[in-house]
Amino acid sequence: MINVTFVSADGTRRSVEIDEGLSAREAALFNSVPGIDGDCGGVCACATCHVHVDQAWMDRVGPPEEGGMESDLIQFAEGTTETSRLACQIPMVPELDGLVLHLPELQH
Amino acid sequence: MATSATQEKVLYASVDSIPLHEINVANPYLFQNDTVGEYFTRLRREDPVHYCAESRFGPYWSVTKFNDIIAVDTNHKVFSSEAKLGGISVQDMHSVEGALELEMFIAMDQPKHDQQRKAVSPVVAPSNLLLLEPIIRERAGAILDSLPVGEEIDWVKLVSVELTTMTLATIFDFPWDERAKLTRWSDVTTASPETGIVESFEQRREELIQCAMYFKGLWDERIDKPGGNDLISMMAHSPATRDMPFLEFLGNLLLLIVGGNDTTRNSISGGVLALNQNPGEYQKLRDNPALVSSMIPEIIRWQTPLTHMRRTALEDAEIGGKQIRKGDKVVMWYLSGNRDETVIDRADQFIIDRENPRHHLSFGFGIHRCMGNRLAELQLRIIWEEILKRFRFVEVVGEPERLLSNLVRGITRLPVKLHAH
Ligand code: HEM
Ligand code: FES
Repeated sequence: MINVTFVSADGTRRSVEIDEGLSAREAALFNSVPGIDGDCGGVCACATCHVHVDQAWMDRVGPPEEGGMESDLIQFAEGTTETSRLACQIPMVPELDGLVLHLPELQH
Repeated sequence: MATSATQEKVLYASVDSIPLHEINVANPYLFQNDTVGEYFTRLRREDPVHYCAESRFGPYWSVTKFNDIIAVDTNHKVFSSEAKLGGISVQDMHSVEGALELEMFIAMDQPKHDQQRKAVSPVVAPSNLLLLEPIIRERAGAILDSLPVGEEIDWVKLVSVELTTMTLATIFDFPWDERAKLTRWSDVTTASPETGIVESFEQRREELIQCAMYFKGLWDERIDKPGGNDLISMMAHSPATRDMPFLEFLGNLLLLIVGGNDTTRNSISGGVLALNQNPGEYQKLRDNPALVSSMIPEIIRWQTPLTHMRRTALEDAEIGGKQIRKGDKVVMWYLSGNRDETVIDRADQFIIDRENPRHHLSFGFGIHRCMGNRLAELQLRIIWEEILKRFRFVEVVGEPERLLSNLVRGITRLPVKLHAH
């Protein structure tokens, strides 16, 4: 199990566990963490799983791959910053145990 | 033997009296007389993944429950959209000789689908759309201001079609006086002779060639002019699309036009009808116009402008305990999934202030999930805001007429009377 903490826009912190191999989107959805819609089913087609990666984790998570589907799609999300990622494109690997993700106010 | 159109017209007295194996929910007449919902209710209850062995579309599977639909729609490795295998509707593509086939990524599999979608999607990014909002709003206002108050009018013809054509013309910066061409080409793209829109496939081909030449002209004009916010300029300048072979560009362009035409039009009509059928909801909206934002997705769920998408199984698979064979045609009935009471609370009711209104299937799921959903919602929001400013009541004063189609859930006529504030 990998531990992930979601910090919502109002500051509420929720720590959840998720199986290795699933994504940060599932970590939120399967644990009923509000703030991620994930409309397309996690295949990088809707941009409703936008998160800001905590600065402390940015070097381990990294930016979206340049020229890939995600970097293209992320323009659809609102209020993106340098730390923006789509949660469905962050696979839960052991190096990310303890990951902190910040949720935007709205996905749409 | 294929069932003929005349046989399909003979409707049963009661849905429950039909043997399960004879149910053919793809019968277009069930959509025209709006009784298909009863069939779906029965299938969801008794046989949620249902096999129809005989229809004029050949044998096909119906997937009717919310979660089974998502399972198929997100399993694009097994369930193909490929045009050459029949494409994306229960009626096969490529089945007629003489038809001009346009390549559109909605009917492609990976990897080509992803390349094309990626190239085209930035043109409908929200930041771009917001630039168009003031123009759409102003033009919508002008159309609504021109309507006669207190007289019976056809809402479909004077409002839904006009507003949709206007927004299409705006997002493509299409020559204003010729904007009716856009609607025509959209209709022609999806037409076959039996729809009455064209007389023959030759005529369709001719008109689409004219369309191609017209767009070539606009493209050539704009390729040298920087800075346009319209979709054609953006495609002409984006590195990902500017070197696209012309026919590919045309296919993508027409996909944007077709994708947003009938769907938006019928959402505008369907919304008025739903509010009239649910006066309590209409009152809620008058009392609190801010509910427009949750009403729009509810209208889109309620209407389900595209009743289904179809896939072809590339290998044996299982859906809801049924064994699907390689090559089988699988139809995901969004219209049914959107009424699945095991997933959506009071699914058979139109409720404009739902907690989670975007939880519906009307835009599909997975890699093909509608690319224009934000554009569609933006247009509908502007339009409803402008309607509410002007009219206290858009009153439906006669029976709606519905389209004979098992794919586009359309309203062809809706008599209304407008009441000012
Ligand atoms: C209420 C309005 C609309 C509805 C209900 C709707 C519905 C759909 C559906 C059901 C799909 C297929 C999803 C799937 O296979 O999983 C789709 C795909 C698509 N739609 Fe829409 N649509 C709407 C408006 C628009 C608009 C305004 C545009 C124009 C930009 C558009 C462009 C597209 C495109 C390009 C695709 C193909 C996506 C792909 O294959 O990757 N749609 N739409
Ligand atoms: S869930 Fe749709 S892009 Fe991540």
